[in-house]
Amino acid sequence: MSVLLRVRDLKTYFVTEHGKGTARAVDDVSFDLYPGETLGIVGESGCGKTVTSLSILRLVPEPPGHILPGSLIEFEGRNLLALSAPELRAVRGNQIAMIFQEPMTSLNPVFTVGDQIAEAAIIHQHLSRRAARVRAIEMLRLVGIPDPDERVDDYPHQLSGGMRQRVMIAMALICHPKVLIADEPTTALDVTIQAQILELLDRLQHELGMAVLLITHDLGVVAGHADRVVVMYAGRVVETATTEALFEHPTHPYTEGLLAAVPRIDAPRARLHAIPGQVPAATAWPPGCRFHPRCPYAWEKCVAQEPPLLETRNEAGHTARCWLVTEPERRAPKR
Amino acid sequence: MTGGVWLLRRLVASVAIVFAVITFIFILIHLAPGKPCSENLDPRVCTLLTRQFGLDQPIAVQYWRYLVELAHGNLGMSFSLRRPVWDALVETVPFTLQLAGAALVFDFLLGLGLGIYQAARVNRLPDLVLGNATLFIYSLPTFWLAPILLLVFGEKLGWFPVGGASDPIFCPQVDSLYCVADRLWHLVLPATTLGVVGAAGTARFQRAAMLEVASQDYVRTARAKGVPERQIVLRHQLRNALLSFITRFGLAFPFLLTGAVLVETIFAWPGMGRLAFDAILTRDYPVVTASALIASTVVVAGNLLADILLGFADPRLRVHAAADADVVTA
Repeated sequence: MSVLLRVRDLKTYFVTEHGKGTARAVDDVSFDLYPGETLGIVGESGCGKTVTSLSILRLVPEPPGHILPGSLIEFEGRNLLALSAPELRAVRGNQIAMIFQEPMTSLNPVFTVGDQIAEAAIIHQHLSRRAARVRAIEMLRLVGIPDPDERVDDYPHQLSGGMRQRVMIAMALICHPKVLIADEPTTALDVTIQAQILELLDRLQHELGMAVLLITHDLGVVAGHADRVVVMYAGRVVETATTEALFEHPTHPYTEGLLAAVPRIDAPRARLHAIPGQVPAATAWPPGCRFHPRCPYAWEKCVAQEPPLLETRNEAGHTARCWLVTEPERRAPKR
Repeated sequence: MTGGVWLLRRLVASVAIVFAVITFIFILIHLAPGKPCSENLDPRVCTLLTRQFGLDQPIAVQYWRYLVELAHGNLGMSFSLRRPVWDALVETVPFTLQLAGAALVFDFLLGLGLGIYQAARVNRLPDLVLGNATLFIYSLPTFWLAPILLLVFGEKLGWFPVGGASDPIFCPQVDSLYCVADRLWHLVLPATTLGVVGAAGTARFQRAAMLEVASQDYVRTARAKGVPERQIVLRHQLRNALLSFITRFGLAFPFLLTGAVLVETIFAWPGMGRLAFDAILTRDYPVVTASALIASTVVVAGNLLADILLGFADPRLRVHAAADADVVTA
């Protein structure tokens, strides 16, 4: 199948103030998104997953951020990074749409939800205000909001968090985009609402046939909703695999640590595993493998030399940025 | 609480504030040293007049009498003008409203325009130049600016009249198009003096308000939808930045009225500010109190107007008949 969205060697850096140097938030990230699939990008706060998602539509505020030359974001054969402003606008919200983490602050408080949903249809499909309003009501019905004819005139503050995220989804999908980027779409919501929103996204993906780039820190979300996973750490992709392979054979010690940190309902009650240490500052990534200060297996080679993404033996397309792939016998904790 | 109840509450509170202001001013001006009689007046005549106007009574009695008269719509007699205060106000208040109104329009049109323009070009050359220019103008004291403008544009260049509100020969009354133009021509210098400092402040304020909104999540959402940059600024950002602007609008009235006293005095503008200024010097108690009454009413009304406007502009403040029952849960 042909690739829909190809990201290659993406580097998004931020110039920090007071001369603290450059924060290399996204550093050489590559992945592919195929039509109709859900690709999960996981990692803890500060690993660069949100900046990656913002970079795709060039929504990183410039300055201080900038996407370095040599990066490639190719959508249906066109490099989004080389598009003029009007060309880029024609893609935004039309072919690639995005929903955000905070439905509270991501909606404009002074416009009705109907106006905000209709806006993209007016811009991209040149609908009249009246026709766009009808479409907005249809979208509200599609995302499961009761009484859409009345809710269309509501302001965001009149809706609950879960309803606002549904409005965000309606807004993103009104032009039937081919790609939906969902940046932590459920993080700000209650657990029960989270499940509803994710189910809604699954259903809509099925009905509309779009690809979803699902950004999350929650491996449970990935397990239930993603076909393939990209694990990010310190601005790098450290492992890619199908969801199944990732959970069965986590290869990178960071992935292993993340999986061990997930609480399990069927396990005996014990202290949750935690990966020791913290994500280092983006202005000063460690030399060699960026995970080595926190890795239980690290040896001299990890400090000296950063591993490339290496093909594992589990299945085709399962790669990990770890020397353990070449020296599996070292996978025995020190101590 | 419905809109009607809210408005009624605000109106009652407004009347209470105006009442408090005139009470305060009444006591203060009577406590101030000096007497309404001029120095070269025969002391016996002064005693007679003092008794006639009831100024020999205790202040509490005078205050009570004033309130009773006020309740009957009587603002009293001016000592120095020898005519009812009401007549003097009817003559002067329109001039002050014209001056303050023109200054307000100048202030907000120019200030808003500059602020939006700067925010759209933040940290680029036009923004930096205007930012320094507005800071400079904002720092100018009106009492210095007024005579300078008068000197340059009135005296040296002769573009505008040096004082007064109209041509006394051709336009004793504004009854023709020519006289309207004449009035506007006379308005230029005083209104500019009164408005330009405020405009500089408004520009700085509006720029900051626009930039604060620019970093909000919903602006990013609009960008992600493919909204053109111009529409983002003029629709998504401006609409939100206007909310804080309305608050500033409500706060502008006290500055306009105090500024008007100075500007009217310097430009010989026959308004209420000059009337009040003269009344303070001559201890013309009824005129001073009446001026305070008018000024505080305008200030309170301005604030009320701003709150009402805000209620319309910000849906979160709009009072719904069944606001709580309206919230939908997921």
